[in-house]
Amino acid sequence: MRATILAREVLMKIHEYQAKAILARYGVPVPQGEVVFDPESAAVAAKNLGGGTVVVKAQIHAGGRGKGGGVKVVKNPDEARDAARKMIGMNLVTYQTGPAGQNVQRVLVEQGLQIARELYLGLVLDRTTERPVLMVSPDGGVEIEKVAEEHPDRIFKAFIHPAIGLSAYQTRQLAFALGLEGAQIGQAGRLMTALFEAFKATDASLIEINPLIVTRDGSLLALDAKMNFDDNALYRHPDIKELRDLAEEDPLEIEASKFSLNYIKLDGTVGCMVNGAGLAMATMDIIKLAGGEPANFLDVGGGANAEQIKNAFRILMADKAVRAVLINIFGGILRCDVLAEGVIAAVKELGVPVPIVIRMEGTNVEKGKQMLRDSGLNFTTADDMNEAAQKVVALGK
Amino acid sequence: MAVLIDRKTRLLVQGITGREGTFHAKQAAAYGTTVVGGVTPGKGGTTHEGWPVFNTVADCVKATGADASVIFVPPPGAADAILEAADAGVPLVVCITEGIPVLDMMRVFAAIRGGATRVIGPNCPGLITAGQAKAGIIPGHICKEGRVGIVSKSGTLTYEAIHQLTRLGLGQTTCIGIGGDPLIGTSFIDALTLFAGDAATEAVVMIGEIGGNAEQDAAAWIQKNFKKPVVGFIAGQTAPPGRRMGHAGAIISGSSGTAEEKLSAFERAGIEIMRRPADVVALLEKRLGALSKS
Repeated sequence: MRATILAREVLMKIHEYQAKAILARYGVPVPQGEVVFDPESAAVAAKNLGGGTVVVKAQIHAGGRGKGGGVKVVKNPDEARDAARKMIGMNLVTYQTGPAGQNVQRVLVEQGLQIARELYLGLVLDRTTERPVLMVSPDGGVEIEKVAEEHPDRIFKAFIHPAIGLSAYQTRQLAFALGLEGAQIGQAGRLMTALFEAFKATDASLIEINPLIVTRDGSLLALDAKMNFDDNALYRHPDIKELRDLAEEDPLEIEASKFSLNYIKLDGTVGCMVNGAGLAMATMDIIKLAGGEPANFLDVGGGANAEQIKNAFRILMADKAVRAVLINIFGGILRCDVLAEGVIAAVKELGVPVPIVIRMEGTNVEKGKQMLRDSGLNFTTADDMNEAAQKVVALGK
Repeated sequence: MAVLIDRKTRLLVQGITGREGTFHAKQAAAYGTTVVGGVTPGKGGTTHEGWPVFNTVADCVKATGADASVIFVPPPGAADAILEAADAGVPLVVCITEGIPVLDMMRVFAAIRGGATRVIGPNCPGLITAGQAKAGIIPGHICKEGRVGIVSKSGTLTYEAIHQLTRLGLGQTTCIGIGGDPLIGTSFIDALTLFAGDAATEAVVMIGEIGGNAEQDAAAWIQKNFKKPVVGFIAGQTAPPGRRMGHAGAIISGSSGTAEEKLSAFERAGIEIMRRPADVVALLEKRLGALSKS
């Protein structure tokens, strides 16, 4: 349930095996497999699949697992056990995890398949046309960004009318564009229709099947699956909400989400607390322009109360890299006196050991400033964002 | 003059009996807006803070002649509230609600595009015409009647720009918070089109964010169609990559939505770029000054 800074898009991610289970419920064909949490169970799972070749796949939310050693084809249950032993507990580093990697806690043991072709299938909402768009490419199995860059003519799209849904002719167009033939056309049509049904019914924000494979005997299967969901719609999908894997999230971000605070940990040393996502991003920008590095993104929202401000402060200060804090609030609904009250209470209770620069403007600003002065605490104040950024960067040196 | 909302606007509030609805109805009235009543299903026939409450938007419009609505309805009912207002023929619907499922909004827009209703938002601070009227949550006391229009994806960053313009005397005509959700009713280009036709608006401040390609589209449009000076800002210039929407989204639009891409689109279109919000006035004065000399 991480908030994303970019595009303000808030989405929830799930694991591959969970996505496959959901898609299978809607009729998307997926390989047989089982998720396990320990090596012994991996051997059992491999045996249940017939004792022959299986694939052991590390389950983390990030992509690019194959290159990092997170996907292994093995010949028998003993090798499946060994592969799982190596994977479970390892820190898997991929281009999406960052250098710290992500700890692997579960692996998917799946039937080995004879692959003839690898295709790509993706479904997202397009902002410009305000319609879901189903994208396919005959060049599956590689990063689709690369295909888009190098061979944009090898990506085919169908824009789906919100009222009509995905039409049969659209699925045929895409299936022929993929170079499918005979019975595969109908099979692909059913698969695409099922995919769109799953998208609608679960409020997905993204479904990606990469690769969608054609097996040597000609059938289509989702070999990998990725699903993201619209966080705003989770209230009507308690079953999906339950799939949240806290191990995949930053502990401070989890803590922040309990108090409806939008916090994202970053690598710098200047902690910041701001109201509004846009102003929070602008504050990070201005810290960087002043020569500092933001330690986090923290949007306390439009209508924060003193208690939330206090919790925001606690979470901010739990990051030991923070050497100075900038509070930048433009009081609209959130009044400056409420902010001051929360900050003063937090500092008194938590004993914040680093310099704090406060810049506030807007509703009840004079009252708020007076409260800060009267508190007897050592705050540095600033009249505008530039001054605030320069001061906080200097104090954090 | 101004755009979309002025002292003649007759505003109704959907969700008027809720905490937010009540607070902002009062704020709007205190600013001088003609608030004519509100809608809370089941509370029709009562009065709230002196305003008549109706069960349906249609009833409210019929009784009060409302021609604009501001929505403070919680997310599960907000999309429906927009549809109800559109069905009642309300020409301007401002949806403040944050957190509406995007597929709900997709259905709303599929239903109302091309009709008579303009939607602002959702997930936006609404709009204000300085010295006249407001629908939404932009604090009135920071505004001052003046010469500059504002269109922005962001809430508090808009306040920041308003504050700078007020402090240094340029003031505002209308400030429109269009919202930062993936699907919104009124785009940058829609707002700029309105400002183009407004004699009082001499220049426009456009505040965008990373993500999507609305800013790039607007820049290209400005280059071709918009004669007034524009000063632009993009928030998120230093946001780390990787924490972003699915790449598939970027592939469709053919753009990655980065700050660099947006800023270079601005540059190509001759839009003055502010690096910091405080730069806005100096840049505007430069462009407006050059205009009055020519």
